[in-house]
Amino acid sequence: MSVQACPACSAGPMAEAVAQAGKGDQKVMLSLPEIHCAGCISGVERSLMAMPGVRNARVNLTLKRATVDVDTGIQPADLATALTARGYTAHELDAGTLAATQTDNRGRELLMRLGVAGFAMMNVMLLSVAVWAGAADATRDMFHWISATIAIPTIAFSGQPFFRNALSALKAARLNMDVPISLAILLAAGMSIYETAMHGEHAYFDAALSLTFFLLAGRYLDHRTRSVARSAAEELAALEVPRALKITGDTETMTPIAELAVGDLVRVLPGGRVPVDGIITTGNSEIDRSLLTGESLPVFAGPDTMLSAGEVNLTGALTVRVTAAGEDSTLHRLTDLVAIAETTRNRYTSLADKAARIYAPLVHLLAFGAFLGWLIGTGDMRLSINIAVAVLIITCPCALGLAVPAVTTAASGRLFRQGMLIKNATALERLAEVDTVVFDKTGTLTQGRPQLVDPGSYAPDDLALAQALARGSSHPLAAALSEVVPDNLPYTSPTQVRQLSDSLLQHEIPGHGVQGDLNGQTLRLGRADWVGADPVVGTATYLDTGTHTVAFRFTDSLREGAAEAVAGLKAQGKTVILLSGDHPSAVADIAARTGIDAFEAQVLPDEKVAYINRLRDSGHKVLMVGDGLNDTAALAAAHASISPASALEATRVVSDIVLLGNTLTPLADAVLTAQSATRRIKENFAIAALYNSIAIPIALIGLATPLAAALAMSASSVSVSLNALRLR
Amino acid sequence: MQVLVFLIPISLFLGGVGLVAFFWTLKSSQYDDPEGDAHRILSDEYDDSPAP
Repeated sequence: MSVQACPACSAGPMAEAVAQAGKGDQKVMLSLPEIHCAGCISGVERSLMAMPGVRNARVNLTLKRATVDVDTGIQPADLATALTARGYTAHELDAGTLAATQTDNRGRELLMRLGVAGFAMMNVMLLSVAVWAGAADATRDMFHWISATIAIPTIAFSGQPFFRNALSALKAARLNMDVPISLAILLAAGMSIYETAMHGEHAYFDAALSLTFFLLAGRYLDHRTRSVARSAAEELAALEVPRALKITGDTETMTPIAELAVGDLVRVLPGGRVPVDGIITTGNSEIDRSLLTGESLPVFAGPDTMLSAGEVNLTGALTVRVTAAGEDSTLHRLTDLVAIAETTRNRYTSLADKAARIYAPLVHLLAFGAFLGWLIGTGDMRLSINIAVAVLIITCPCALGLAVPAVTTAASGRLFRQGMLIKNATALERLAEVDTVVFDKTGTLTQGRPQLVDPGSYAPDDLALAQALARGSSHPLAAALSEVVPDNLPYTSPTQVRQLSDSLLQHEIPGHGVQGDLNGQTLRLGRADWVGADPVVGTATYLDTGTHTVAFRFTDSLREGAAEAVAGLKAQGKTVILLSGDHPSAVADIAARTGIDAFEAQVLPDEKVAYINRLRDSGHKVLMVGDGLNDTAALAAAHASISPASALEATRVVSDIVLLGNTLTPLADAVLTAQSATRRIKENFAIAALYNSIAIPIALIGLATPLAAALAMSASSVSVSLNALRLR
Repeated sequence: MQVLVFLIPISLFLGGVGLVAFFWTLKSSQYDDPEGDAHRILSDEYDDSPAP
């Protein structure tokens, strides 16, 4: 995906949805994360069109998404599966969640105003050049009048975003960047009309218009960056289709979670995420709670076990009675935390705001001072106003208005290509200030996927039996056992294991393990208490061969790039800390493998927050990287936060940056990019200040001409944009 | 200078045509999928409507 996805683009599908409403009965959205070429586009479209019930299919390569019109009754999940089977990875997207992103009227409106301002600016500039070249008297007046007829309606239309913002700021008795902007545009236009009517020499129509144009361009860039981030974030959310299998009598129906009520029965299949808070009524299974607690060890769940939304069911099908759904569920209660996080974040003053706070009053004072000075000095009202307006125009925040958006657009584009999504406008600036990085373990530094420790240390017969039994289960530990192929043991060749496995007649006992039969001897692979083995520390599964028991120990496999990211951050002089809710031995193991010196285990969620608050109080700026619900509060408390795309939505919402890929490698680079982005922003301010320090004295002594204003404005805007582009 | 009577309206008219064309592209969602459109030109299949 590229950052070139302009918001006007995402405005499209909605309009079409209306136009196309008659064609298909139902609209389905599919996410196609891997498509990249012309062949993919026609391949996906042809495959979709060939499927029964599909009326129309259109791929959007920019958004990596397909919109499909289908007859009612076609299951979107089936389309995604069929497409994946043909080699185009596809995921179903929840159309309800996406609908919000599709109407980007604001982006389209800004683009429209920008287009009008550009047209008017070019035409007026054409006429102005004629005036500067020496047109005089009646010709000059005519050119000015034509300029006025183009400029006035354009300013009335294109300047509205600024006027509106300025008005609301003034109503709240505040000064923002839009106040001097609006004042400069309006005064320039008003003064120019007066001058034209009085057959004056100087009219600033071109300046008023180019001011509008450049600032609208900055505004549009800003909007585009944010809407790309928003639409990608919402696409992540839409990937989790909020549906549950509701049991009514003998039938199971797919029901939106919002429609579930307390007391309803819901079926949770193995591998599925628990959609609601509830109590198990029937079924046994093991539950992966790592997203909520950080524990890597699955826990047993049987009738009367309480489940929370967000947990993953591993082995057996469960029937769950809903105790809290939707707004009341554990997941939703976290929105309160999110709200708190938003307010702490909002207290952060961005560089742009800081600049505006100094800039706005300064400009007004300067212009007013110039007016007073010249009025007292010469007594000429018209001249004094002209000079004051020239000061306002020349100090125009053109470069300031472009300084920040141009840099953030370039920086977020660069990070986006590396697989990082910047969600918050001030995230880059905060990330640049970070000096301490706190990692969560399970799901962040590790993949949450177990790996057998030292396969060579087990007796070949035991390993072969365990592997044969493991083939009868889809439990993550069983899957990890099956993956092991020790090359020094010819006995356990995959074929032999398969033959052994077929002869065992193994069957899974959900929540406990797998049982098999070898020559009348019962074999068991599963939990320690069920097998009758002494539990060992850490993640393990146990084999009972009838004669003895063996513990197979597992460790979590590291996420790709975890060690590189830690090394990169340490090389930048950052303190790296590992905080986990997991067992000390597991945490120490991961810390050693990633090269982290400081770690703490068995940390409860509120202790994580307290830890981060302590760091903050001692003057550190903390970056928190985490994925679990137990990290949510800590992510919110930290100065900046990053979460992987595999995190739950509630967690992603509180983080500033989402890692879209599966690797942590870009992490260290992201901090560097953020630092250079902040440096560019400051450089841009310096460039703007430099232009002003030359232009203001000229304006103050009354030597500014419309030509000088046009030159200063264009030169500063272009140099600021070019400086920002160095980031790409 | 008499030529200005023609030249100015002509230049404004041409600029206006460009502006109307821009509005049209915006309204007909032609900035929907810039990357896809760049690749679609390589496709053998002929499609005469840009939407949906």
